[in-house]
Amino acid sequence: MQLALFLIFGGLAVAGALNLLLQKHPINSALSLVVVMMSLAVLYWSLGAEFLAAAQVIVYSGAIMVLFVFVIMLLNAGEEERTTGSRAAYIAGFPGAAAIFCLLSFVFLSESKALGLANLGGQLSHATNNISEISSVLFTKLLLPFEVTSILILVAILGAVVLARKEQ
Amino acid sequence: MVPIAYYLVLAAILFSTGVAAFLIKRNIITVFMSIELMLNAVNLTFVAFAHMWHQVQGQIFVFFVMVVAAAEAAVGLAIIIAIFRTRQTLNVDQINLMKS
Repeated sequence: MQLALFLIFGGLAVAGALNLLLQKHPINSALSLVVVMMSLAVLYWSLGAEFLAAAQVIVYSGAIMVLFVFVIMLLNAGEEERTTGSRAAYIAGFPGAAAIFCLLSFVFLSESKALGLANLGGQLSHATNNISEISSVLFTKLLLPFEVTSILILVAILGAVVLARKEQ
Repeated sequence: MVPIAYYLVLAAILFSTGVAAFLIKRNIITVFMSIELMLNAVNLTFVAFAHMWHQVQGQIFVFFVMVVAAAEAAVGLAIIIAIFRTRQTLNVDQINLMKS
């Protein structure tokens, strides 16, 4: 069951990521990134993180990607053109990314025994469910970082308004 | 029953695709989207390790990463709008004011 979920949605995520890389038009890239985020939400759920699965759908696919699509429509972004700079990026980009992937997957697969297996469902050691455990830690031990993030969001709102405002 | 290593390899695939897209894409909005893809890949490793250790702290870290990503997206897209207003282009090769 979990292997089937992993194969279907992991394959969907990889296909979406490759589609982001290969598409020329930014709106196609944005929609394939939505596919990646929705399939990652299913994978979070299969790893027992129900709250994060919901937050992924609401925050990432619901808010951030809508913002991206709005900006693409607002700026009327067309297909990207190839320039001389992008040829150098091709030469450096593909081998670099392949080297990062080979290094990471070599480390993960050689430590595969030590990492263990994932089972479907809630896996926390001393909790009744995922959301109550997250909220109890977030509002007791990590109350100060939580409040600081609210200030960060406030600063980001003000910064976005100031930066995107028309010059007088 | 899926080995945790498979989830980590999936995250490695997504991360390296994000790195490649960051380097190859010429549209500034797509470059910004590949940063979001890399953040998502890192979030997947956090959730996988939280599952492995039966602890909730990794999931809380993902929550904070999501908050920072939302703030970063708002400010970054505002900067992109300001760049487009002054330079009339979204191609990163033509935004070379700081090149000598």
